[in-house]
Amino acid sequence: MVTARKATRFLSSVLLVTSTAGSAPAFSPSSAAGAGSVSASRAERDKALHALNRLTFGPRPGDVDRVLEMGLARWIGSQLKPETIADSPMAARLRDLPTLAMSSKEIFNVYEKPFREARRQRRLLARSAAMSEVAAGTEDLREREERDRIPPEKRPRRVIEELSTARVLKAVYSERQLNEVLVDFWMNHFNVYAAKGLDRVFITSFERDVVRPRIWGRFEDLLVATAKSPAMLFYLDNAQSVSERENRPLSRRATFFGRGAGADASMLDPAPPVRPKGGLNENYARELMELHTLGVDGGYTQKDVTELARVLTGWSIERDGGGTFVFRARVHDAEVKTVLGRTFPAGGGIEEGEEMIRRLARHPGTARHIALRLAERLVADAPPAALVDRVAKTFLATDGDLRQTVRALVESPEFFDRASYRAKVKSPFEYVVSAIRATGAETDAGIPLLRQIAQMGEPLYLCQPPTGYSDAASAWVNTGALVARLNFALALSANKLPGTSVDVAHLISPADAADPRRSLDALARVLIAGDLTPETRATIAKQLESRTAPADDPSANTQVPLISGLILGSPEFQKQ
Amino acid sequence: MLNRRIFLKSGGLALVAGGFLPNVFVRMASGATPASRRVLVAIFQRGAVDGLNVVVPYAEKAYYDARPSIAIPRPGSGENAALDLDGFFGLHPSLSPVLPLFKDGSAAFVHAVGSPDATRSHFDAQDFMESGTPGVKSTTDGFLSRAVSGKKVTKSSPLRALAVSASLPRILSGSAGAVSMTNVVDFGIRGGASSASASDSFEAMYADAVAGTLQGTARDSFEAVRILKSSEASKIGPQNGAEYPKGPFGNSLKQIAQLIKADVGMEVAFTDVGGWDTHAGEGGVNGQLSNRLRDYGQAIAAFTKDLGSRMADVTLVTMSEFGRTVRENGNRGTDHGHANVMLLAGGGVKGGKVHGKWPGLESGQLYENRDVAVTTDFRDVFAEILSRRLGVPDLGPVFPGYAIEEKKRLGIIAA
Repeated sequence: MVTARKATRFLSSVLLVTSTAGSAPAFSPSSAAGAGSVSASRAERDKALHALNRLTFGPRPGDVDRVLEMGLARWIGSQLKPETIADSPMAARLRDLPTLAMSSKEIFNVYEKPFREARRQRRLLARSAAMSEVAAGTEDLREREERDRIPPEKRPRRVIEELSTARVLKAVYSERQLNEVLVDFWMNHFNVYAAKGLDRVFITSFERDVVRPRIWGRFEDLLVATAKSPAMLFYLDNAQSVSERENRPLSRRATFFGRGAGADASMLDPAPPVRPKGGLNENYARELMELHTLGVDGGYTQKDVTELARVLTGWSIERDGGGTFVFRARVHDAEVKTVLGRTFPAGGGIEEGEEMIRRLARHPGTARHIALRLAERLVADAPPAALVDRVAKTFLATDGDLRQTVRALVESPEFFDRASYRAKVKSPFEYVVSAIRATGAETDAGIPLLRQIAQMGEPLYLCQPPTGYSDAASAWVNTGALVARLNFALALSANKLPGTSVDVAHLISPADAADPRRSLDALARVLIAGDLTPETRATIAKQLESRTAPADDPSANTQVPLISGLILGSPEFQKQ
Repeated sequence: MLNRRIFLKSGGLALVAGGFLPNVFVRMASGATPASRRVLVAIFQRGAVDGLNVVVPYAEKAYYDARPSIAIPRPGSGENAALDLDGFFGLHPSLSPVLPLFKDGSAAFVHAVGSPDATRSHFDAQDFMESGTPGVKSTTDGFLSRAVSGKKVTKSSPLRALAVSASLPRILSGSAGAVSMTNVVDFGIRGGASSASASDSFEAMYADAVAGTLQGTARDSFEAVRILKSSEASKIGPQNGAEYPKGPFGNSLKQIAQLIKADVGMEVAFTDVGGWDTHAGEGGVNGQLSNRLRDYGQAIAAFTKDLGSRMADVTLVTMSEFGRTVRENGNRGTDHGHANVMLLAGGGVKGGKVHGKWPGLESGQLYENRDVAVTTDFRDVFAEILSRRLGVPDLGPVFPGYAIEEKKRLGIIAA
């Protein structure tokens, strides 16, 4: 209990501290008080901090100084060229994740086959014993794996776990921070739900071989690569979309009568079930225009969707276990097709789809859509229209050069508009990673940490709809997720997250750590560059006042982890 | 200081407390018995369930012509056949747990229901169905949120609108301040010995924060945490021998039942269940859809059994963004279509009937020559539930731009 008198006395001392820290209104980085070796104006520090908040997964202790030392423009320039940034320690951190380097075929053989064999055995058993419930398949993957006694390191789920672990490790520790931010952006833009059947086999290669190598190149190349990726072909069903029989090339019809090119979940089974005849599937064609290129109001019709689906018939996956792209001419729709005003005469093949995808990539509607999505991610939930227009123009003028497009965004005056400082709520992934970076924690990014991200509502690689996760906070800031964030902040600071170790007391000097009030200001400087509002600071200070030191050591300040937890859980730290 | 206890007593809430009480408890503890509160439980089947294989128009020859490999056989044609409902429609055999509810008049279906908007995009169609404004993308809030906000209640709980889901769904976003959670048991601040004080500090911090998404969310969070803790909802197990199937959907319904039984002031509950986008391997009596329906039917049957007589206060309704093509595709599946089927169960439902005007499946009767035509707007179904069961006085703001007319009243809900 805080008595009224004590509280008043304490609050006045808080006010005193605040006023000596500078003429700070709310959200002033009072880091000037603890300025490091670099003497920079507050405005310069603020800019550097803002750039770190948006172009990295959050500053580590000392990062603002490092950026200022290098010069902000030079630092941004280097982040735009990640290949020039040394990042060799990453390899050691990823050493124990064998699936990262495996081909889809290897992953299939090691992680998928035992599971499928167990399932086959179980089905045989079920048939003989009429164990209908066992065969029902209503349990989730985890239950099936456990029931089939597949060792944890050989379970299909392991592939997604390793990939998630790697993604978190790179986000936390890679020096190529903007690269990791954009990998997150593009993986979300081209979302693939890894728990859909064989996508858990394809997803590793999708990120490693399709997305990562192309996010600094031309959008067109990225788009074509995703269109031909087994992960996308499987996720959005194009792998099994085949022409109506009467539209197939004449010479082939008789040969393949009744046999489609379907690549269903069992396509790699040793004994696939009876293959049904083919049919058109519009799923990918629709999302290609709605989500990947033109945007939902992009001016295409249902007819365009169907025609584009016909253009893409035959784009499928080799049934060789490796899941490589294949164009099956025999099930391609060889009749006349018209998409968005472009008419393809009868008799065409794979080149039709390639041309349409490239046309879509260069479409002004796509330029606007991509500019908007990038601006939503890096600038604001509702970015200024003038900025989006300008970035879209750069996209068009450079043939969709993604490096130039991102540069136009980051070097725009709107990017450094003060109104956008700490104005964007961090996504669950951003929040967790930024807290680990801020505290200098050492993490293995194992399942306990991945579970934290999932509990905040956005498990990695497991966004079911093709839309990906929304960038607008209003879409996902909710009660359950907020409680999960606060609990994470407390658990991390108290060093109670398995697989993650942190010692927040060592972030500040022993003298600061020994005194609750000094430790609050010191931690606020280290963790959030002093960006606590006076109200938040007063609330935490009040909490300190109400607690007493342990009887056996009256001088001990055991509150540092709690202070850290409160800072990391504060409204200010939720934002970037 | 914040020392409160609540005991469950004879179905109602009795409050034993010392000192300061948050006003929500004061409001809840006095006045009408909470048991008289009516609850709407809305379930979204995300991914567009194939309504034609859920409630099967087995009397239609066109149904069997269009689905050579995935049709559900007519009732009486063997062990694995549709379960007859009314001589025209039959139920997918995996939904056998739901059949008794239909037979005893406590459950009904509405067929050929849906959104008038023609989109076949999951994203758009879900968005339109949840915003309650088909064709209008600029609507910022969900229609169930507007419905709850428009209800005039003297006592309201921060848990009056609740979603059991990882993120707050569109249908409940808005001024009703709906709460979402995945796990009732874990809902609270966990900071070891510091839990209570840390929780208080966070609450104070967010109360002082700049008004916005975070502040509003936090206010609801902390009040909800308090009520849940006091109600001990998580300790109320399934009753009447109800057994929920394992899995997320059964778990969601179990938790909604706990919250209803704990009388936390919930008026609208929402949850969703995925896995219905059966482009390939949908199958007929067996296959993906059959597996999903088994889980779905068992969960709903367990829910009604668990709540028992309390179901008189509860109206359960299911929806899905659109139906699927009448014709099967080449992968023993179906593609995005138009009209669909909804299930209603519980209080006020005129059960034992498949409501709605059946448009037929002959080629001239199909929507865009491929899908079941919409003959009932989903808003008319909800309009009846909201006005007759939940006492929403004015449906104008709930479904802006849509006239709810008495002559279109479906008679799904008893007056």
